[in-house]
Amino acid sequence: MSETTEYYNDHVVRLFLLASAVWGIIGMLIGMYAAAELTWPGLNLGIPWMTFSRIRPDHTFGVIFAFGGSALMGTCYYVVQRTGHARLAFGKLAEFTFWGWQLACVLAMLTMPFGITQSKEYAEPEWFIDILIAVVWVSFGVVFFASLARRRIRHIYVANWYYGAFIIAVGLLHIVNNLAIPVSLTKSYPIYSGVVDAMVQWWYGHNAVAFFLTAGFLGMMYYFVPRQAQQPLWSYRFSIVNFWALISVYMWAGSHHLMYTALPDWVQSVGMAFSLVLLMPSWGSAANGLFTFNGAWHRVVKDPAAKFMVIALVFYAASTFEGSMMAIKSVNSLSHYTDWTIAHVHSGSLGWVAMITIGSLYAMAPRALGRPAMYSHKGMELHFWLHVTGTLLYVVAMWTAGVTEGMMWRATQPDGALTYSFIDSLVAVRPDYFLRWFGGVLIWLGMWVMAWNLWYTASDARKRIINPIPVPIPEPEPKQSPAPLPVAG
Amino acid sequence: MAYKHFEFIEKHAWTLGILTAIMVSIGGLAEITPLFMRAHQVEPPANVKPYDPLRLAGKDVYVSEGCYLCHSQMIRALRFETQRYGHYSTAEESVYDRPFQWGSKRTGPDLARVGGKYSDTWQRMHLMDPRSVVPQSNMPSYHWLADEKLDAKDIQARMRVLRTLGDPYSDADIASAPAAVAGKTKMDALIAYLQGLGIRNEPQAPNTSAAPATDGGSP
Ligand code: HEM
Ligand code: HEM
Repeated sequence: MSETTEYYNDHVVRLFLLASAVWGIIGMLIGMYAAAELTWPGLNLGIPWMTFSRIRPDHTFGVIFAFGGSALMGTCYYVVQRTGHARLAFGKLAEFTFWGWQLACVLAMLTMPFGITQSKEYAEPEWFIDILIAVVWVSFGVVFFASLARRRIRHIYVANWYYGAFIIAVGLLHIVNNLAIPVSLTKSYPIYSGVVDAMVQWWYGHNAVAFFLTAGFLGMMYYFVPRQAQQPLWSYRFSIVNFWALISVYMWAGSHHLMYTALPDWVQSVGMAFSLVLLMPSWGSAANGLFTFNGAWHRVVKDPAAKFMVIALVFYAASTFEGSMMAIKSVNSLSHYTDWTIAHVHSGSLGWVAMITIGSLYAMAPRALGRPAMYSHKGMELHFWLHVTGTLLYVVAMWTAGVTEGMMWRATQPDGALTYSFIDSLVAVRPDYFLRWFGGVLIWLGMWVMAWNLWYTASDARKRIINPIPVPIPEPEPKQSPAPLPVAG
Repeated sequence: MAYKHFEFIEKHAWTLGILTAIMVSIGGLAEITPLFMRAHQVEPPANVKPYDPLRLAGKDVYVSEGCYLCHSQMIRALRFETQRYGHYSTAEESVYDRPFQWGSKRTGPDLARVGGKYSDTWQRMHLMDPRSVVPQSNMPSYHWLADEKLDAKDIQARMRVLRTLGDPYSDADIASAPAAVAGKTKMDALIAYLQGLGIRNEPQAPNTSAAPATDGGSP
C-alpha cells in the first residue's frame, strides 16, 4: 500500500453544488413566472424580454442545463472519485469545466430573452454559445474518462457507465443538431431544413431527454440510492442489462414527437415500436432502485433524502409508462400539442429529475461539506412535502387541461361540424393554468428552504475549516467481481 | 457471451466508451440517413419559392419572438385537424424553413394556413393588443415590433447565407432586398410572413376548404 495520502477533490464538487441550488431557484422562478403569464397575460408589463415566448426558453435551459447540468457534473465528479478510489484527474481542467459551464449558462440565459435564439427546443442558444458548450463538454469528457483511467478499483461501477453514456451521447447530439452557418454574431441558419431539420431536432430533443434527463440522473440514482439505503444494489447484473437496452433503444424513439406529421410514415412507426420496447429498461431501472430499499424501509421513513429518492423512482416509472402510452399513435393524436405533454414533461422533470437531484444533493452535501448531516432535518421534511404537493398539483392540473383540450379539439356535432372554437378550449383550461402556477409557487418555496438549509450546512466550508477527505487506498484485488459497494466517504 | 466477456467490458473504460458510442449512434443513423437521401432527391415543387426579403425578415421575427412555443405550423393528417385548419401539411411546404417551425405545443391555434384568413388590419390590431380582438386570449402583446425598423444589409447577408445552403436566390433577388424592406418595420414583416403562410408555400393551388382528410389512419 502506498503511504502518500491523496485527497478527494471536493472543491469543484462544492462549486457545482452551489451553482445547482442557485440555478434551481432561478430556473423555477422563471417557470413560475411563465405559468403566471399564461394565467394573467398582462404580466409581461409590456417589456419585450419579460414576455412568455421570450422567457420560456430561459426556463427550459435554466432548469435542464443550468440546474440539472450543474447537479450532474458535480455528482459525476463526486461519484467517479468515490467508486474508483482515486482523486479526480486534471484538477485545473475540472475547474475550467465549472467556470466554462457557468459562463455558457449565463450567456444563454442573457441572450435568449433578447430574441437571440435558434428556435430549436432545448437547443436555443446561438452558435457562439454552442461552441463554448462543445468545448466545455469535451473537457468534461476528458476529466471523466481520465479519472476513470486512474481508478484503483478495476471494476467500473455501473453509475459510471451511465455518466459515461450521458457524456458521449450528449456531446454527439449537441454537435449534430447545432450545425449551422452564422450570418452574424447573433443569427445563424441551420444546415438542415424542413423535414430533415425536424427529424434531427427531435432526434436531439428526445435523446436530450434520454441521455441528459434520464441516463445522467440514473447514474446519480445508481450511486446515491444504495448509499442512502445502506445496502447493495438489488441486482447488479440487471442494471447492466438495462444499461445496454436503454442506450440502444432510446435513440430510435425520437420520431414519436412527430406523429401524424409530414415525416414519412415508416419513421413514425419505428419510433412508436421502439418507444413501447423502451418501457422495459425504464421500468427495469426503476424497479432495481426501488427494490434496493427492500429491508430498509424503516430507514426511509426517517430519512428525507431517501424519501425524495423513492418518490423520484415512482415518478420515473410513472412518467416512462405515460411516455410509452403517448407514443402510441392513437393516444398521441389526442395528447400531441396539448398540456398533456406538459404534464408528462413535468412528471418526468419535477417528479423524477428534480427529486432525484434534491435527494442526492441532501445525501452528498454534508459529506462534501465536512458535516455529519444536513443542518436542519425539519427543513428537509418541509421541502419534501412542499415539493411533492406542488408537483402533484402541477401534474394533475395539466393532465386535466390536456385531456380537456384534446377532447374539445376533436369534438364534432352530429352533422359533422366541429363543436368548439379554439378559444373555447383555452377558456376551459384557464383554471388549471392557475392551479399549475400555484403548484409552482410551492415547489419554488421548497427550493428556498433547501438553499437556506445548504447555507447553514456550509457554514464550516465558508470559514474554510473543512478537512479534505483522504482517498482510501484498497488492497489490490485481481479477481473482483461483481463490483464492490461504493465505500463510504 | 460468457460473463467473462462482459467482465472485460466492465473493466476497460475505453472499450466501454467505444461500445457505448456505437450503440447510441445506430438508431439515429438508421433513421436520419434515409431522410437525408430523400431530401436530396425531392425537388421543391415549382410554385414553392424561397421567402421573399420581407417575408424572410418576418420569419426571422417569428423565430426570435418565440411564436413557435405557442403555435404549431403542422396540420396533422387527422380529420378534426383538417376540418379546423385546412389541408394537412406536407413535407414540401417547409423545404425553405430553416429551422423548421412545426412547434410542439398549441397554447394558441395552428398557423400553417393562417395566410389570408384575417385582414392585415386585424393582424396588426391582434399583435398590438390581442385582447382587443379576442377578449379571452392569453397571448402577449407584441407592440414593440411596430417601432423597430428592418435593416436591409442584414437581410441581404441572410439571403447570401441561405444561398450557400442551397436556397435558389438569384443576384437580382438579393439586390432587390433594400427596396422591398425600405421603411418597413418588424411588424410589417411579420404580418407579411403570416399572410403568406399556407398560401405562398402550398404545393397545390390553395384549396383550404375542400381538403381531403383521413380519419386518423395513415397520413
Ligand atoms: C417551479 C416549478 C416549475 C414551473 C412552475 C414550471 C412551469 C413551466 C411552464 C409554465 C412551462 C410552459 C408550458 C407551456 O408552454 O404551455 C414549462 C415548460 C417546460 N418545463 Fe417547466 N416548470 C417548473 C419546473 C421545471 C423543471 C424542474 C424542469 C426540468 C428539470 C422543467 C422542464 C420544462 C420543460 C422541458 C418544458 C418544455 C415542455 C415542452 O416543450 O413540451 N420545468 N414549465
Ligand atoms: C420510456 C420513456 C419515455 C417515452 C417513451 C416518452 C415518450 C414521450 C412522448 C410520446 C412525448 C410526446 C411527444 C409529442 O406528442 O409532442 C414525450 C414528450 C416529452 N417527454 Fe417523454 N417519454 C419518456 C420519458 C420521459 C422522461 C423520463 C422525461 C423527463 C425527465 C421526458 C421528457 C419529455 C419532454 C421534455 C417532452 C416534451 C418535448 C416537447 O414537446 O418539447 N420523457 N415523451
